[in-house]
Amino acid sequence: MGLAKRIIPCLDVDNGRVVKGVQFVDIRDAGDPVEVARRYDEEGADEITFLDITATHEGRATTVKTVEKMASEVFIPLTVGGGIRELEDIRRMLNAGADKIAINSAAVFNPEFVGEAAAKFGSQCIVVAIDAKRVSLPGQPPRWEIFTHGGRKPTGIDAVEWAKKMVSYGAGEILLTSMDRDGTKNGFDLDVTSAISEAVHVPIIASGGVGNLQHLADGVTKGKADAVLAASIFHFAEYTVQEAKIFMAAQGIEMRL
Amino acid sequence: MVGRSVESTTGSVKNTVAVIDYGMGNLHSAAKALEHVAPNAQVIVTADPEKILSADRVVFPGVGAIRDCMGEIRRLGLDQVVNEAIKSKPFLAICVGLQSMMTRSEENDGVPCLDIFSGDVKFFGEQLKDTDGSILKVPHMGWNQVSQVQVGHPLWQGIEDNARFYFVHSYYISVANEKLIAGRTEYGFPFTSVVAQDNVFAVQFHPEKSQHSGLALLGNFMRWDGQS
Repeated sequence: MGLAKRIIPCLDVDNGRVVKGVQFVDIRDAGDPVEVARRYDEEGADEITFLDITATHEGRATTVKTVEKMASEVFIPLTVGGGIRELEDIRRMLNAGADKIAINSAAVFNPEFVGEAAAKFGSQCIVVAIDAKRVSLPGQPPRWEIFTHGGRKPTGIDAVEWAKKMVSYGAGEILLTSMDRDGTKNGFDLDVTSAISEAVHVPIIASGGVGNLQHLADGVTKGKADAVLAASIFHFAEYTVQEAKIFMAAQGIEMRL
Repeated sequence: MVGRSVESTTGSVKNTVAVIDYGMGNLHSAAKALEHVAPNAQVIVTADPEKILSADRVVFPGVGAIRDCMGEIRRLGLDQVVNEAIKSKPFLAICVGLQSMMTRSEENDGVPCLDIFSGDVKFFGEQLKDTDGSILKVPHMGWNQVSQVQVGHPLWQGIEDNARFYFVHSYYISVANEKLIAGRTEYGFPFTSVVAQDNVFAVQFHPEKSQHSGLALLGNFMRWDGQS
């Protein structure tokens, strides 16, 4: 009895289409984010995260329409991130039906933006996305730094200190992606996940590296994450969200089944 | 979105629901979920007292910080509208909507609220611990169970006891009159997650984001005659 840990499928959307490939067998249009979100909702996803990787102005307008459609069909929380730089971007997405907004690079360039966003829209809807990469050498005490531009640009900022700072500015949740693990299928970086989870009082979403169901469970039990995010294991129908929940529940993790 | 009108094709009297808009956060989720559960109803998102008072039922949502919420509610004269609407119509308050109906909130160094229900809104604290000593994150965010207290209330119809609903809040209510409690949730300790009295039902969680259970509750509300 109590609060359940969450499973959050993540959709990377470019110009209104899910990218990274989605291979549901019985979906007519595999690349339609609304259909994919509906499928995850039916499988019992606890939330949906929608990362807009569109770079063009026209693409952004499509994103707003997609979010609108998703929010009128799927009645679970919806987080939208990607390219959020101004308060107006946040307002547009909230008006389209998003419940939470993930801020990434804009927070690094201008930390005050997180404070302004939280003051304006409430901490409950401000998620700060952190892309962290291990910079310590083997044998040294572990240390992670924040990277921007999809993990290409180092900033010299310590990831744990950064998470604390973002929470003090009003972040209501942290979406933590390990750049070392993202796309590897080797599991979350449990060290950075637990380090940040123990350093801040807000919920942590672990992301990057999930290859199997044990990785999801480890994210909670060893990484001390409050929620786990994954894309490809669900997109390619290797596992359903429901299977993942049953697996985690069998390891004693509180889940919404 | 505001004042969206739906043409009546049947000419029959429409079931109208006003979602009170005081400019705070995302009311669209609530409106969309109401449209989903009651496709023939007219959902109006509005701050217009006249429209709110002429609707068949009223939803009082809310997200964000209480001081700004109360500020806007008072500035728009919605405190009087809420006081009037709760006299008779089926009335559903959600999250900060519920919190604003209490006497006072600890948030933002203390904010006087509408005092419709006697009691306070309190902070979970940043050192919240579970009964086994483990740390509990604040905000309380995610799917938690609601133990039904006013068993058999029309708004609980078809919803299992201890069903999970989606919560996101750092403050919880403590109501003076225990008879008003209609649901409890555990987060380090049991707190009141639902209050019900006569034609008023008020929930700390977000039914509009709580999938099947939440939609069931909203559907019950759209059919409710306001009798408990």
